[in-house]
Amino acid sequence: MSDVDIPRTARLAVPSATALRRLAVALVAVAACVAPFQLEPFRVFQLTMVLVYAVALLGLNLLVGHAGQISLGHGGFFAIGAYTAAVMLDRWDTPHVLTLPAAMAVTFALGFGLGVPALRLRGLYLALVTMTIAIFLVPLLKRFESVTGGSMGLTLSRPEPPSWTGLAEDQWLYFLALAVATAAGLAVWSLLRSRVGRALHAVRDNEIAAEVMGVRLARYKTLAFAWSAMLAGAAGAVNTWVIAFVSPDSFTVNLSILLLAGIVVGGLGSTFGPLLGGAFVLFVPTLAQDVNQAAPGVVFGVVIILIMYVAPRGLAGLAGRGGRFLDQALRKK
Amino acid sequence: MADFIQQLVEGLGAGAIYASLALALVLIYRFTGIVNFAQGEMAMFATFIAWQLVQAGVPFWLALGATLAIAFGGGMLIERVVIRPVEGAPELALVIVTLGLFILVNAAAGWIWSFLIKDFPSPFPGGALDAGGVHLSYSTLGVLGVVAVVMGLLYILFRYTKIGLAMRAVASNPASARLLGIRVSGVLALGWGLAALVGAVSGVLVAPVLFLEPTMMGGVLIYAFAAATLGGFDSPVGAVVGGLVVGIAETLAGAYVGVIGSDLKIGVPLAVIIGVLLFRPQGLFGRAAVERA
Amino acid sequence: MSAHAFLTVEDLHAGYGAGKVLHGIGFDVAEGEICAVLGPNGAGKTTLLRALCGMIRTEGVLRLDGVALPRRRPESVARMGVAHVPEGRGTFAPLSVAENLRLGAYTRRDRAAVAEDIERVYDYFPVLRERRAQAAGSLSGGEQQMVAIGRALMSRPRLILLDEPSLGLAPLVTRELFQIVRAVNERERTTVILVEQNAHLTLEFAHRAHVLETGRVVLSGAAADIRADAQVARAYLGIEG
Repeated sequence: MSDVDIPRTARLAVPSATALRRLAVALVAVAACVAPFQLEPFRVFQLTMVLVYAVALLGLNLLVGHAGQISLGHGGFFAIGAYTAAVMLDRWDTPHVLTLPAAMAVTFALGFGLGVPALRLRGLYLALVTMTIAIFLVPLLKRFESVTGGSMGLTLSRPEPPSWTGLAEDQWLYFLALAVATAAGLAVWSLLRSRVGRALHAVRDNEIAAEVMGVRLARYKTLAFAWSAMLAGAAGAVNTWVIAFVSPDSFTVNLSILLLAGIVVGGLGSTFGPLLGGAFVLFVPTLAQDVNQAAPGVVFGVVIILIMYVAPRGLAGLAGRGGRFLDQALRKK
Repeated sequence: MADFIQQLVEGLGAGAIYASLALALVLIYRFTGIVNFAQGEMAMFATFIAWQLVQAGVPFWLALGATLAIAFGGGMLIERVVIRPVEGAPELALVIVTLGLFILVNAAAGWIWSFLIKDFPSPFPGGALDAGGVHLSYSTLGVLGVVAVVMGLLYILFRYTKIGLAMRAVASNPASARLLGIRVSGVLALGWGLAALVGAVSGVLVAPVLFLEPTMMGGVLIYAFAAATLGGFDSPVGAVVGGLVVGIAETLAGAYVGVIGSDLKIGVPLAVIIGVLLFRPQGLFGRAAVERA
Repeated sequence: MSAHAFLTVEDLHAGYGAGKVLHGIGFDVAEGEICAVLGPNGAGKTTLLRALCGMIRTEGVLRLDGVALPRRRPESVARMGVAHVPEGRGTFAPLSVAENLRLGAYTRRDRAAVAEDIERVYDYFPVLRERRAQAAGSLSGGEQQMVAIGRALMSRPRLILLDEPSLGLAPLVTRELFQIVRAVNERERTTVILVEQNAHLTLEFAHRAHVLETGRVVLSGAAADIRADAQVARAYLGIEG
């Protein structure tokens, strides 16, 4: 590596890792605010969906990446959040904003209720149970047709941008999703920096030791499940605003698998994993779809397996490794 | 009464299919501690191969033999190529790799054979035996017969052959088996091959009932999970008994519990899984605890 | 080092991951002898056996009858005639006693001779004949140790590695077990490496002995001499008297 022509002052000015990180966050924030004004509506819609998935993945990351529990049922919580919002809009014409806390409350309660029996299960058994529940949800939604609209689903209205903003509908939806994603991200971030975060990590890394150290395992495992479900529910509600349509077949078990795959590819336990994972979940199928109807699946499958071999910490882990490598390379001389 | 027995027989027929896929799951779990989420998809893929052979004019039973041989080889290949690199990795990594395999195999089948449903020929004649008002259809009897033969062969393999003994040794204590000169990695590949073969049997048996398509085995897999959980994930006998019980429970619930009907039958395996895990986590015949430390 | 040694160990280094346990061990074992390896907990005795049979990564020379032992492939070492009775006895718990023994002969192709050898093992350990259909995991500790040694014999080994057979056994049972090992050694001319903490009893049965301390050989000699030298016995082995 030759960097002979870097002047001495430049070498001294190599920023610290934290500073680089802050810079990256600031850049992302600026880009996130500017993007909807620069892109065509379809791209803005895509970015909105990336944010929606990112919120769900934040929840899944909390459970899988930080508490070490496997869920194959988060598509189910996503669906319940989506349907909670949809039914409120459909039946009572509830203002959009109010459907979000309602969806979160419902999924939190369900997650908590499920978290209690789930406590007794570990690893793949939890995966089995959550997966079966997600599968069961689809015929259940179809059955209660009077409320859910059955197989035909429900068609709804989108939230309208207030006139003072001067925003188009797609831009308004984007900012709503961005606000929810930012709030969720900050909430999770501060949660993980608190005592709770350490407790969750202790649960993941060694349950027995955690118990000896006095972590109240049962409580934190149940809460992690509930918070995680709640975030998936929030994502579902925003999904309903954006798509303005719900039907049981949009929430098959494939969604759950896709979400788990997304967080694995994005990076388990990492801060930006959910965002990267959301982008992966949205863009890979879109890109691969042009090749063949089955191509997204093939790409997904291969990428997931390869990621497990070469980068168990996902894209975020790869980026981190790349960043450190760059950092060291710059620092060396 | 005759109607009840009729339902029982139908349940046994369905249960036999679940039993064979559950057996495939248990085989892999015993050898590698992995629950193979892709087991159903592997079976579906093998069934497509059988379909392709029959389309090409190969007689059914010959096509079946060839398919089972291919499934066996494919299973060994998957162990070598996909599973070996993550051997000994955390459970989460293993679950995710088999899920990746699930997505990959499913999509690959869709790519090759499209997602349109296909008719799969039944190997058994139509019609039924009439026994005191109960119709024993030849296809149900055939399914039960085929599954019984597969179980019998597996029993002979594990109980009376040298390689079967070595496989049991590896399942019980791999480190000690290596010290005796047993090539453990070869045995693991063999385990995957056998599991793929047994799974393929379930695929070929279920295809004439369900129509052949890439998502055919999704539901069957859930029933097989319930069967394996009920019987105990490390017990082959348990998988068979569990499969039959789940099959009967599903059929009876669908026939006699009005609320369930045919659309919510998938709730039966869910109830079985949750009930077993809450009240007898090791299953009816299992030894290992649910918590693998 | 002697050119006639059956097993040659030279400058052997080994350990787990980054941690090294053996720091340049060397000794020879003659054909047909019982060689004791003694030393306190953590001296590296078990690690030495694991290194010999290829379970862990090693540096240095390991030769059996002039042929280098394969590295990191226990199954290949086993096929060269080295039978390792591991710590914890390596029992296949759900399998019957007879099946455990048959597994010992896994690499052999001569079925008739295997059947004969099973009878021979039953002659050494009559209690196993009675229990042959029982699940091995249901046996007592002493009986499981017999199964383990019997399983090792089934491969008609040239070298048997015994890792702390006395662990968890009553002194009387241990003595009986050692007598059988001695009998096997004399009748079958099988070379034995016996790793033990129980120095007193072991020296009674062994021909030669090596004492390990923190990964190095600190003393080698004829077992009888070491036993006779009270000072040595006290200093290295904590034997009174």
